[in-house]
Amino acid sequence: MGRSIEAEVPVRTWPAEGWTRVPYWIYTDPDIYARELSTFFYGDGWNYVALDCEVPEPGSYKRSWIGERQVVVVRGKDGAIHVLENRCAHRGARLCWQNKGRVDSFTCPYHQWNFALDGRLQGVPLKRGVLGKGGMPPDFDNAQHGLNRLRVHVEGGSVWASFAPDGPGFAEYCGPDLHAYVKRIFGGRPLKLLGYSRQLIPSNWKMYVENLKDPYHATLLHAFLITFGLWRADTQSESVPVAGGKHGIMVSRNVGKTATDAAGEIKRFKGQLDLEDRDTVTPIREFDDGKVVGLTIFPSVVMHQQANTLGMRHIIPKGPDRFELSWTYYGYADDSPELTRLRLRHANLYGPAGYVAMEDGEVLSESQLGATEYGHRAAVVEMGGRDVEPQDHMVTEVLIRAFYKFYRERMGL
Amino acid sequence: MSDPTADATRPAAPTPEVRALALEVRELYEEIADLLDDDQVERMPAYFTDDCVYKLISKENHDEGLPQATILCDGIRMLRDRIVALRETQVYEPRAWRHFVSGVRVLSVSDDEIRARGNFLVTEAMSDAEPQVLLVGRYLDRLVRRDGRLVFRERLAVYDNYRVVRSVIVPV
Repeated sequence: MGRSIEAEVPVRTWPAEGWTRVPYWIYTDPDIYARELSTFFYGDGWNYVALDCEVPEPGSYKRSWIGERQVVVVRGKDGAIHVLENRCAHRGARLCWQNKGRVDSFTCPYHQWNFALDGRLQGVPLKRGVLGKGGMPPDFDNAQHGLNRLRVHVEGGSVWASFAPDGPGFAEYCGPDLHAYVKRIFGGRPLKLLGYSRQLIPSNWKMYVENLKDPYHATLLHAFLITFGLWRADTQSESVPVAGGKHGIMVSRNVGKTATDAAGEIKRFKGQLDLEDRDTVTPIREFDDGKVVGLTIFPSVVMHQQANTLGMRHIIPKGPDRFELSWTYYGYADDSPELTRLRLRHANLYGPAGYVAMEDGEVLSESQLGATEYGHRAAVVEMGGRDVEPQDHMVTEVLIRAFYKFYRERMGL
Repeated sequence: MSDPTADATRPAAPTPEVRALALEVRELYEEIADLLDDDQVERMPAYFTDDCVYKLISKENHDEGLPQATILCDGIRMLRDRIVALRETQVYEPRAWRHFVSGVRVLSVSDDEIRARGNFLVTEAMSDAEPQVLLVGRYLDRLVRRDGRLVFRERLAVYDNYRVVRSVIVPV
């Protein structure tokens, strides 16, 4: 049954200033949260679920999430990847109880219904009854009772799924600019899995989406990035909202530890600070364009390329006031040992103890505390002006404004 | 190098030598836990060799043989850098940590090194809230003797938590 939000929720009115204001009730309201799940995660969007190198063999599977729904990503006998809801077609029990593994088929532990790797129902125990009694009705058709199988797109080793059988294609969903940046990383070179980091951050999931649409904070909060020239306001950069503000592209460059006039204005630039082991902040040049790129692919993932670390930051909402952030770090199968060494070293920037990401976890937790009980107030996002056009610098909140323009349209707020 | 099979290694037979060593190892573990609880992380590198490896790594990665660590310090310089960066650059809500160490066992003794392990539980308390469990796991260590005292050649802090709540600020 669809529910009318208007009928159940106190009137939610967006501030008259429009997209330069973000009311705090969007971070706490359970009905808004439920509508976000159905509109964005279970709607016509594409969700990141896995890298194909995580399921290398036929029958290899891993569990993943789309919103609060668990799915199983599995490689079929023919090598094709399937994404299935992890719930039995019979009574809804979770079918797969391990995070990773390899199987010939899936059998529900409850009544042992058996499903093929592509989700087809293969067997129902006691289907014909016992001693002529019981069993399924004669017209019970296995073909009508398979696992819910999602639409799948594999882009150069990254696996995406959508609940909408006839929604837009992946390229169309991304839009040409973002799609080109996705292909810059996932161009078809086989991938190599390096491992995971998982955090539970006590903030609304959109705060993380915004964090990666906020280059302004990165130039101020993250002293480590600033000091060692990995992300600074005085470098050549771009902040580009795409697909009507749904996704975002942030581009910067690694410039090294240099003191400039602007650096003097950035309080957290630590001119005297140095590392004994500069490898931690010294990348090998990997991409011909020399860029450092962060992509927000709404709603489920942020793709990072910073120094020599590559990662997928999977956003998994767990209620209005917390979300899981699952980081998958990877490289390419043909990386040299030296490049792999640097990828692992540079990953010290990220994850729950990351020189950079730790601070984001802290600030987001504190921001949620500042949102709770303040639904009647609104955040101000006017840095870099009040419009939603692309900007060639990072002292701006344009990506956040553009995102809320999109969000309001889709949510009807 | 890390060795996933170390988890399954059985403790060494309790000869008098191993018993004496176990006492010494336990004392070392307690000493480090105490200095971390006392906000003296700067003293930690003195317990490591120059070519040390320190890793805080999830059980998930460790069991699967995946190299990604939550904190990776490859060499004493990286360990010292981690501490300088923590003190000089990092922004976090202040809190108090307590380490609880148990089950310290010597696994093997050779001319070259001692392998040992022990459980850890670390609680975290914000200044306006009750303590919560931050991490639970197991140290997997390789120790060597330098100038008569035991120091770490490798310390893997392998945590059982599937997820870390919020952040890990300081090495455990």
